[in-house]
Amino acid sequence: MSGVKPRPGDPMITPALVAEHGLTKQEYERLVGMLGRTPTFTELGIISALWSEHCSYKHSRPILKTLPTTAPYVLQGPGENAGVISIGDGLAVAFKIESHNHPSAVEPYQGAATGVGGILRDVFTMGARPIAMLNSLRFGSLDDSRVRYLFSGVVRGIGDYGNCVGIPTVAGEIVFDPAYENNPLVNAMCVGLLHEKDLIRAKAEGVGNPIMAVGARTGRDGIHGASFASEDLSDSSDAKRPRIQVGDPFTEKLLLEASLELIRSGHIVAIQDMGAAGLTSSSAEMAERGDVGVTIDVTRVPTRESGMSPYEILLSESQERMLVVAKKGREDAVRDILAKWDLTAAVIGEVIAEPVYRVTEGDRVVAEFPGSRLVTDCPSYSPDARESIAIADLRAADPFAIPERPEEKDPAWTLERLLSAPTIASKAWAYRQYDSTVRTNTVIGPGGDAAVLRVRGTNKAIAVKTDCNGRYVYLDPRVGGRIAVAEAARNVACTGARPMAITNCLNFGNPTRPEVFYQFKEAVAGMGEACRALGTPVTGGNVSLYNESPSGAVYPTPVIGMVGLIDDLAHITRATFQRDADAILLLGELGGELGGSEYLATIHGKVLGAPPRCDAARERLLIDALIEAIRAGVVSSAHDCSDGGLAVALAECCIANPENESGAETDLSGYSALPDRAILFGESQGRVVVSSPAPERVLAIAVKGGVPCARIGRVLRESETLTIKLPKRTMRSTLSRLRRAYHETIPDIMARTPEHATFDELAPVAAH
Amino acid sequence: MKFGVVTFPGSNCDYDAFQAVTDTVGEEATYLWHKDHDLQGSDVIILPGGFSYGDYLRAGAIARFSPIMQEVAAHAKAGGPVLAICNGFQIACEAGLLPGALMRNSHLQFVSAEVRIRVENVDTMFTNLYERGEILRMPVAHGDGRYVAPAGVLEELEAEGRVIFRYADADGTISADANPNGSERNIAGIISAAGNVLGMMPHPERACSPLLGSSDGVRLLESILARVAA
Repeated sequence: MSGVKPRPGDPMITPALVAEHGLTKQEYERLVGMLGRTPTFTELGIISALWSEHCSYKHSRPILKTLPTTAPYVLQGPGENAGVISIGDGLAVAFKIESHNHPSAVEPYQGAATGVGGILRDVFTMGARPIAMLNSLRFGSLDDSRVRYLFSGVVRGIGDYGNCVGIPTVAGEIVFDPAYENNPLVNAMCVGLLHEKDLIRAKAEGVGNPIMAVGARTGRDGIHGASFASEDLSDSSDAKRPRIQVGDPFTEKLLLEASLELIRSGHIVAIQDMGAAGLTSSSAEMAERGDVGVTIDVTRVPTRESGMSPYEILLSESQERMLVVAKKGREDAVRDILAKWDLTAAVIGEVIAEPVYRVTEGDRVVAEFPGSRLVTDCPSYSPDARESIAIADLRAADPFAIPERPEEKDPAWTLERLLSAPTIASKAWAYRQYDSTVRTNTVIGPGGDAAVLRVRGTNKAIAVKTDCNGRYVYLDPRVGGRIAVAEAARNVACTGARPMAITNCLNFGNPTRPEVFYQFKEAVAGMGEACRALGTPVTGGNVSLYNESPSGAVYPTPVIGMVGLIDDLAHITRATFQRDADAILLLGELGGELGGSEYLATIHGKVLGAPPRCDAARERLLIDALIEAIRAGVVSSAHDCSDGGLAVALAECCIANPENESGAETDLSGYSALPDRAILFGESQGRVVVSSPAPERVLAIAVKGGVPCARIGRVLRESETLTIKLPKRTMRSTLSRLRRAYHETIPDIMARTPEHATFDELAPVAAH
Repeated sequence: MKFGVVTFPGSNCDYDAFQAVTDTVGEEATYLWHKDHDLQGSDVIILPGGFSYGDYLRAGAIARFSPIMQEVAAHAKAGGPVLAICNGFQIACEAGLLPGALMRNSHLQFVSAEVRIRVENVDTMFTNLYERGEILRMPVAHGDGRYVAPAGVLEELEAEGRVIFRYADADGTISADANPNGSERNIAGIISAAGNVLGMMPHPERACSPLLGSSDGVRLLESILARVAA
């Protein structure tokens, strides 16, 4: 018989209150059934958070189970704070990606900053020292002044937080598309390094062990953040600004050092971030993993203000807090470590044998759930999935039916215009605000195909990258999901790394709409296919649904965070041309597919056609051949062909690094079966631009590996021109024009006053 | 020779400085805890970069009151070498070890980039292995790096050859384009009147490996060894 009684002053449980907590009638009935009585207000709050989409994955779990999650080197797969893979030498890499979309839509600076803080904690609670941050950002069109406000606020939030904690932000991607107008996507990834022996899991163990709250005090901020993240954005979202947490990176830095010291001290058995749904979710999850009961007394939780109710304390999402299960008798030792870093630690509860999750306020029991059913008994849905007919029609449309614009007679016009499209143009405006070199491991920082970090004490390095083309996923979720994985793998392979494993952040719309759930199911299936073919299991991630605003859903955007391993520092390879007179080769088939391309979107304002095909087995062959050539020492540079196609890739090889420019002369006149625009701007997958002093060796490796490879030109270090010979004409563009288009577009746009300006007014080359 | 690297709460380049000393130039290094009063026999003190006390109030304003700073000040007063980098430079200015102040970057954004600096004076214990006018490449990463000082102080610094580094173009020109933060006279680093406290915004400890893009910072540490050992 439960001793739970309603707390004096708590509101009555009414259907309206239940609805306000985001529970359906069926979910409420499930709760009543589980308790065998009416829940208290505190219990309703707990369940509202734990059964929110953000915490419970109630719509996504069955689908996620289809993803491959194992490999001999995977030390920790999904279900923990972060995934962990072994990289040999007794070392391991912990990594995870997470979204902070909804908070960033309302309060970009704090939304993004706390996103960085949360993912950092997820990684260091595994016992890993964070060594790199990445972020994957999606915004509406930069023509819009509110978008510029969101973009600059998010970038500043990411920078201020990561810079202060002292973790380099080394890579990521930024995409601008009207589809993300009112619902930006802010995904942050953290990568950490640890000794395998220091790996710790967030599993409550040992009856009688004390549960301690560590770090910042609990305040009234961020209450119901998890629920806010689990509903569509609306005009009233601004009113939910108080649900957004406020970050303090200084405290985070102290907490990072204190936590790593705690883990190494041997005084604790488990540690977990109090992230979404705060104390509630961290304690419930730790109990569930350990298959034990817990009891927590909220009056012992250090708070920022007096008079906080159990409901508020349990659901606060105040930042920079940890929940720790200490070894009995070591409480003072834990407190000493925290005190060294000017932080507090308080015993707030205990691991108990009785299978129950119990919250007390002094002597009064305010919430009690049987067993570990709090987490495992959450609802699970398999809603209808049906493709939108409108999207199927778009996919069926023929891109080649779109007539060329008169300006396209000079392909240099098109190329410069594409280079100045904000999605393609240099993002230095953003990453110059991120400290990318602190901790002195960054071999390749932002702006390359993937970032590369050396691993001290070894001759190894790791390569990391995030990728996703939401437009492809929108047009064909199965293919788009496959491409997201393949492109991320190709990007790390271009630096000389063997792709190892992924984390994913699945940003989709409202799953109760059949066309959205169809996208989700199909995209995950495509990702799974590619992961299996490429041998890159999923070690965890995050699902963010309800990315919808009154103007509709975002493009389905399953962002892939890829980690690769380079086993010899000598193999580290850069994207831009390095040496005069090197041969330029195209590894992979030219293809020439225009569907879903940046060309169609930027030059013609169209999103249609079938996205490029993606054969994951062939991608595997390409990556194998590329890595073999790099290891053979015959590759000077390697750059993935993606947005904007081969022409943009070649231009980037020439001018992406202002400190190291080259001209180039290429001949694509042999592809006479294809229209020029398909040759130049088609986005067929499985292609890499390689430069080499020994082209015959690269060709031989490609032939042996069954990968098409063609010699297409040579690097001219002293030349000021990129020349591309086509079947019917020759394109020439001076480096100064390419440079201007690529490097000056975003700074120019961001320097404008907030007044509305159109892309045509802003694009530096559009006036010609 | 023993280098003491001070760790304030919020320091985050202490590890890099430690590694540069031990890994790159092969000397002994030790971390000095901000709450202590013991320099542990260090010959050279490094005040590293980071965000001591979160840069709250003002960069370096709280760290200067840390217990260890009493010993650092005494060490400096006695002529002991102090290398103050980035946040360390800000702390050194706040503590009065160096004149002037570091203000918010003129463009109001944090700046992380590789910059070039011109060596203005090689007759110091920190720069004796460089050539005068040599151009070095080093990363900067700061939000408050705009060096300012009263006109009289600037004149004095110039007259006494105490401007050690200036932001410059690849060809050595001192231009506004080369200045990442709006510092007066493109000043990137200055030295104390006695010549034993160097403050600089660029990070020499991050320029200690060709693999990471530059090893121009190595000779700064080696200069100290050459002079102090001599």
